[in-house]
This record gives sequence, structure tokens and C-alpha cells, in this order.
Amino acid sequence: MTPLYFGYSTLVSSLGRGKQAHLTALQEQQSGLRPCEFEGKTLPTYMGMVDGLDEISLPSNLSHFRCRNNHLASLGLQQDGFEDQIAEARRQYGAQRIGVFIGTSTSGILETEHAYQHTDHDTGRLPAEFIPRGRYTQDSFSVGHFVREYLQLTGPTAVVSTACSSSAKVFAAASRYIETGLCDAVVVGGVDSLCLTTLYGFSALQLTAPGPCRPCDAHREGLTIGEAAAFVFLEKSPRNGKQQTTVFLGYGESSDAYHMSHPHPNGHGAILAMEASLHSSRLSASDIDYIHMHGTATVANDQTEDRAIAAIFQNTTPCSSTKGWTGHTLGAAGAVAVVLGDLFLQHGFLPGCLNASTVDPSFSSQVLLHNQERPIQHIMSNFFGFGGNNCTLILGRHA
Amino acid sequence: MKIFVHGVGVLGPGIDNWQSCQRLFKEQCLYDDSMTPNPMPSTLPANELRRSSDVVRWSLQVAQEAVQHSQLDPKTMATVFASSGGEVGILHKICQSLDCSAPMVSPTLFHQSVHNAAAGYWSIASGSQHSSTSLACYDSSFEGGLLEAAALLSTDQEELVLFATYDVPAPFPLYETRPLIAPFAIAFVLGKHALPVSVSMLDITVLSEHNAKAPTAMLQTSLESLRLGNPAARGLPLLHTIAKNRTTSIFFNYLENPQLQIDHQPCQPFLD
Repeated sequence: MTPLYFGYSTLVSSLGRGKQAHLTALQEQQSGLRPCEFEGKTLPTYMGMVDGLDEISLPSNLSHFRCRNNHLASLGLQQDGFEDQIAEARRQYGAQRIGVFIGTSTSGILETEHAYQHTDHDTGRLPAEFIPRGRYTQDSFSVGHFVREYLQLTGPTAVVSTACSSSAKVFAAASRYIETGLCDAVVVGGVDSLCLTTLYGFSALQLTAPGPCRPCDAHREGLTIGEAAAFVFLEKSPRNGKQQTTVFLGYGESSDAYHMSHPHPNGHGAILAMEASLHSSRLSASDIDYIHMHGTATVANDQTEDRAIAAIFQNTTPCSSTKGWTGHTLGAAGAVAVVLGDLFLQHGFLPGCLNASTVDPSFSSQVLLHNQERPIQHIMSNFFGFGGNNCTLILGRHA
Repeated sequence: MKIFVHGVGVLGPGIDNWQSCQRLFKEQCLYDDSMTPNPMPSTLPANELRRSSDVVRWSLQVAQEAVQHSQLDPKTMATVFASSGGEVGILHKICQSLDCSAPMVSPTLFHQSVHNAAAGYWSIASGSQHSSTSLACYDSSFEGGLLEAAALLSTDQEELVLFATYDVPAPFPLYETRPLIAPFAIAFVLGKHALPVSVSMLDITVLSEHNAKAPTAMLQTSLESLRLGNPAARGLPLLHTIAKNRTTSIFFNYLENPQLQIDHQPCQPFLD
């Protein structure tokens, strides 16, 4: 693919608001995970929650979009000067030449969970005030629609919802829309917020850890669910002739064609996506300095990913997962990992697997347990979702 | 973006398949929507079929028909699945099971609830390990999905894309937030190059608001209500044009401002 430059980027997660808060938390090994108390329910697991979402009020012309997911999106758009920067880019390109591609898995489903808790006893109907707001909250397109309206952009817009690979795949879509001339630049992002559906759902699948998740650890017990919003503005040339910026270099997409919720044991689908991303970026495995693992900390995911990485890289390239800091932010995981990758490249930083103390002895890849500081040129990031949906992205440092 | 249609599948009230849809359009019969089909796609194994959602059955039925029509190997196809509501029936059941003092979610319902459940079941059934994208664009889901499929082909990412678009009405009370008129589903096998099986060539452009034209409507009132009453049925004018085998341009609403233009050119001589 033709490389795309990071004009701007930002994120919000349980680690804090904006990129500096994330860099500090990573460097100081401060996790954002805490015991799970949500909506008055206590679950025997941890979570990565963003504080203050209930207190957010949206601009009055967008108040019909109010729900946890869109509050989280707006909080994200307000960090690192992102919304002002996009306003400037809008004047430069024209609103209709900028596309909006957002990944989410559950959109504003929490709002519908609330509505079901308030159905009318006699009629069985949902609350009258909610009915016209379903489109702007629970509907899958809601967050794409919201970001488009909030940033006053009118270019091609879509929400990609392929579970935990959702906001990785929007980078691939953005590349295609720019390459075919449908857009000149694209706002890509991922937004996923806590809800009872995912907390109880992953718990029912026995995939949630009782404590904070421990990716790649010999005694890992499952994942920790988190919430986050992350955005990147992608364009064809470096902004203002910037000397130093992050570049999106390649992507690979594949399907396991194996099982709805279990990865293929030998990681064949993951290998296809990783190989396709190398091909797309015209790089070889030896060019990759660090592999940012999907690393959810479930027994099966990390084992499969290790096998897939070892098949391509043997044990020569350091790899780790950042889920111990943020938790698994599901549909936002792609965009979150990309913005963290932007920080790693710009600050010469390789994260360890926070919370992990002993690497699973069955693993063959070179898992990092501790942070390292050194310059890196290319990062590969993996994302795997339910339905056997895989996506791998490659980022580079443009100097 | 120029792409070729190699196969078509369709399912809706009174429309059992592409053949019955062609008959409806070619013979200008009066549209009779009194019979809603109950699809049982043979591509799904019996145990999966038993517990599958309406959305999975409707989408896989049209996907299977389009692939059979194309006579091409589904293993070689990427997929784009576009739906506004996705698994609304499953979401309804989950929200019901969370509305109590001891909330719980069935593990089966949970993995069936993702927007890409249908695409996941399809990839397992077909064995295709190619790229698979599931997306949503509210009333523009047909148009957004077609654009994504065309972009995949135009950037040489894929040679063949199976594009399916489908929506079914949610159960009450969720239904009231999105009162769709009826279930509807369409699928196309799309390709980059003309093949002996190709039905049509489509040239797709996004128009700026200055060049916007009124969207192409269906002449029969009941078909026009269907077109407006289910996002997947927004594709009816394209089906009509393909069935009529006409060289013509048709227009679609796409989000609020831009519009989609499809220039249609038949690949086969008119046979009847």
C-alpha cells in the first residue's frame, strides 16, 4: 500500500486522558485496571474503566447521541488538541473529502440494557424517550454518525464491527478509500465502552481473569475488559513538512474459518494476516523491531499468537502485550494499540507484559517482561476477533 | 470504480430467489408480499442451523445463492457483510436476560451477538480464509457495503468479493426503535475482471452534493415501500436494472450529503 502519515492522534483509556498520560503510565508501569464494580454490580474480575463519563454533556445539537459510548468518543476527540486540528484540516481539504471510519463492537448497547430495565409493566414497551434515540445510541452506526457530526465532516463514513479486530480494520479501509480517490484524508478510530453484555458475556465464556490480566504469563487466567477511545488522522503526506512522524505502512486481513470464539490452534489465520501485512508494506520479517501482540491473556489466544509469531519470526523479535495496562478494549483495541505504537516509535520505547512474572514455558517467541528504551523503526500489531477475524497492521517511523 | 457482477442472490417477502425476482421485474407482475420465506441454507451444518439466528439464515441463504449462480469457488472469495441492525434478535434476548436481579448471558448467545456473526459462520461453512469485513451505515448500509467491496477490488486486495447486505426486523419491544417493514437480503459475487459468467459491469462513483440526483425509485408502490422500509432493500433498483439487462445509470442516497451513481452495463445478450 501507499504509506499514510499520522497527521494527528489521540486516545483515552483507563490509563488517563491523552497521549502524555499514557506514556507516563507505561514508563512508570501504572496499570489502569481495578476490581469490577459497574452499574451497581460486582463481578469477580477486574476492569479498565474511564472515569467521569457520566458527567460528560454533549453539545446541545448532538444531545440525542448521549450514551456512554458517545461520551467516551467525545472525551477522546477533546484530547491532544485533536478536534481543533481536524477543524483546521477540514478547512484545508473540505469536509466532504475527509472520510470517517470507526470500529466498535458493542456501540451504545448499555443504553438499551437500561431501557430494558425500564420497560412498561403493562405494555412491555421501552421508555418512550428512548425509542427515537435507539438510532443514535445502540445502533451500530451511532458512533460513526456521532464522530462525523461532531467533527462536521461529510465524507464517506462507515462503522466496522468485526469484534476485537474492528478498529484495526478501519485502517485498512481508510487506506483503500484514499487509494481509490474516494477520500483525501481519513479520521480513523475505535470506541468501545463497558456494558453488562460484554462483562457477563466474557464471564459466561469463562474468559475473564479473577485479577488483573497477565498476558503471556505461565499462570494467566484470562482477560480483563477495558474501555477506550482512540483516533488517528491519516493523510498522504507529512503534515507541515514534519521531520518526525509515524507512518501506517501496511495491513493484512484474514479469516480463521475455524470456530466462532476459539482461535485456530496452529494460528494459521493469524499467520496469513501477518504475512499479508509484510507483503503490503514491502518489508520482511527481519525489518520488524517489535511485535505488539493482541495478547488478551486468555490461555488459547496467547498460545496461538505465540505459535504464529514463532512461525514467522522464530525467537528473534521482541514481542509483548499492553493489555495489562489498559485491559482488552475490544472494538477499540486496534486504534488504542496503534496510538500506543505511535508513542513507542516516537519515544523509542518497548513495553513489557505488565503483571506477567514468568513467561509461559511452552512459548517460543521472545516475550518481553520488562520495559526497554531504544530506538525502533517498525512495529507489527496483531488483532484477532470473534468469528475468526484477523487483522495485522505495520507502523513505521518516518525520519 | 469498475467491477463485475458474477452472481446474484436475493430473498424477501414474495421473492424466493433471484429467478423469482427476475420474473417479477421482467414480466412486470404485481408484487405479492403475502408469503415471507423461512430460509434454511444448506451450507450451515444441521446443528448450527438449529440454533442459528434469522439474520444468519437470511444472509447465508442469499450468499449461498449468489455463489451457486456464479459457479465460482467460495474459498477464493473475500467477504463484505453489511447490515444496519446486525443480530437484533440476539441483542433482544441478551438485554432480557440482563434485566433481573441475577443477570446472566448465555455463552452461545454472546458469541452469536457480534455484528460479524453471519460473516463468521459463512467463513467457517465456505472455508474461505480471505479478508472479511462486517460494517454498518444505518440506511446506507447497502451503499456503504458496495463501496467497501468495490474498494477491495479496485486496490487489488482481492480478485473476488462476496458482498451480502441484510436486515431483519427486531422483536418487540426493540422493534419500535427501528420498525423495519420486512426482512430482506441481497448478495452479489463481485469481481475485478469480466468472466464468462459475468452478468453486468458496474461503474460506481460518489457524487458531490452539487451533482446530487434524486435516488432511483421503484415504480410499484409496494416495492417502493419495501425499498424505503429496509436498508438492504435499497439495493432493489440495482436488482431491477440487472434483471432488465439495461445500459443505464441509477442513483442511491449515501449518508446525508454524498450520493452514489452506478452506471450499469449488461455483459450477456438479452435472452428472452
